[in-house]
Amino acid sequence: MSESTFAETIAKDQRVEPRDWMPDKYRQTLIRQIAQHAHSEIIGMQPEGEWITRAPTLRRKAILLAKVQDEAGHGLYLYSAAETLGADRGDLTKRLIEGRQKYSSIFNYPTLTFADVGVIGWLVDGAAICNQVPLCRSSFGPYARAMIRICKEESFHQRQGYELLMTMMGGTAGQRAMVQDAVNRWWWPSLMMFGPPDGDSPNSAQSMAWKIKRHSNDELRQRFVDMSVPQAEALGVTLPDPVLRWNAEREHYDFGEPDWSELKRVITGDGPLNRQRIERRRQADSDGAWVREAAAAHAAKHGSGR
Amino acid sequence: MAFDDAYGALTDHADDARWAYGTGFTDPLAGVPADLPDGVDRADLAAYCLMLGDDALIMSHRLQQWVTRAPELEDELAIANIGLDLLGQARLLLTRAGTAEGAGRDEDDLAYRREAHEFRNVRLAERDDADFAQLMARLLVFTTWRLALFDRLSGSRDPMLAAIAAKGVKELTYHRDYAAQWVVRIGDGTPLSHARMAAAISGVLPLAGELFQAHEVELRLAGVAVDPAVIRGEFDAVLAEVLTAATLEPAELPEVPATGRDGEHTAALTEILAEMQELARAVPGGAW
Repeated sequence: MSESTFAETIAKDQRVEPRDWMPDKYRQTLIRQIAQHAHSEIIGMQPEGEWITRAPTLRRKAILLAKVQDEAGHGLYLYSAAETLGADRGDLTKRLIEGRQKYSSIFNYPTLTFADVGVIGWLVDGAAICNQVPLCRSSFGPYARAMIRICKEESFHQRQGYELLMTMMGGTAGQRAMVQDAVNRWWWPSLMMFGPPDGDSPNSAQSMAWKIKRHSNDELRQRFVDMSVPQAEALGVTLPDPVLRWNAEREHYDFGEPDWSELKRVITGDGPLNRQRIERRRQADSDGAWVREAAAAHAAKHGSGR
Repeated sequence: MAFDDAYGALTDHADDARWAYGTGFTDPLAGVPADLPDGVDRADLAAYCLMLGDDALIMSHRLQQWVTRAPELEDELAIANIGLDLLGQARLLLTRAGTAEGAGRDEDDLAYRREAHEFRNVRLAERDDADFAQLMARLLVFTTWRLALFDRLSGSRDPMLAAIAAKGVKELTYHRDYAAQWVVRIGDGTPLSHARMAAAISGVLPLAGELFQAHEVELRLAGVAVDPAVIRGEFDAVLAEVLTAATLEPAELPEVPATGRDGEHTAALTEILAEMQELARAVPGGAW
């Protein structure tokens, strides 16, 4: 493949495959995008993972454990997709724990009650689905294919979250308050998952041209709001936005402006739990170093990998 | 996929092939008669199911604690998977215990509303692991024992126990293989890892003696339960093979009287239950 066939592939909405020629910048942008996505899956195991041992029924425990396992699986798929571009998983992990590569800021918020597990499924996984369904048509083949599986599983995750909240809303008054409190805390951070407003998103235009980003941040955010409002009504919770209302002219919901200074603060490392999230991965990496060395030494003695 | 309704796009067509593990979930116990077999003492059967169910529940809890701190992502997946399998076994066994008991207690009543002294798990299941070598050594001992046990139990006169065991055999075969491979890698790997695995094995074996002490309930349930003494030979053989491959010395199991089976536990179980039961107990009448 050459430069012209690459352009043609993109123009025809076909897939670029790992051995095809591609611009260096396309490769680097994708590695960064896929790695950040993989890191998000891995860091994202923590906020909910903290509740596995404390889940209030065995059924919820099994669902949550399966969900967190899925997230580890998503991380693996995605690191593998990044490796088809020449990246190395060990190196990407190092970048994560040294704070040189980012992950979704949403995971820097704490999970204070079990209702957070439900709200993460409903809103956070819901926002992720809105972001990721278009990526199933990413111009880079391995990423697009990984995203199809991941989105399917995310859909499971979203439904289990919503079903948990529905069940809790049918429980005690204290549980209903717990759900409302969790919605209040997660709504705005969920809206921020779509990134800064379009006017403040410098890399978007090139990524759109390469078809590794399919819709603008604001467009995706609007879709998410439009889908979430009826769900909130069905659930019986209020979304914490005084200006949220249907605009018949636009045929969309109008909604308030997220606090972008907060997003900036969390992205640059000053969110509630940034240090703790990274520290946990750093600790796992350093605690496991002697184990990985043992596996490598054993493999070397016997002439085979794991 | 349609973009206007991203959620709908994920659910509107039946393309099972695109799911990572398929969606064809089937009930492993479908069609298995739930009636108690003739001549079986209800209380004994309930107690036996609790023993095996509690082993799985408590071991699963320890594995859950490793889910975001394993040496590699592959191991986080594997440990979560094994924890999930054991949790599944626990749910089936606790449900069976509740049915046999006949007092209307379900899996959650039994998991969340008993005190430590009412738990019937072996002490091996509750021990905390200071490092990955300890976890793998303990998992090897646990799964080698449980696989041999479930293999026999799949011929139980209680069709429900037999079905639960048959399902468990497939899972435990993989669990044992996973643990054995890590014991070998760590034992054979580097001088440091060798020393850690040697310490882990000698640390876990004092807890293994309990596994082969027949409890009076097990003896009274002949034909339904498995006398753990009969699987000792298989356990010793498997362990010896793995330890040899791991370049470790063969080990002797000290004989100890059964304790966990009678509700005598270490402080580790109290800690586990404090964590596991906290929320369920904090919201009386809660719906989850």
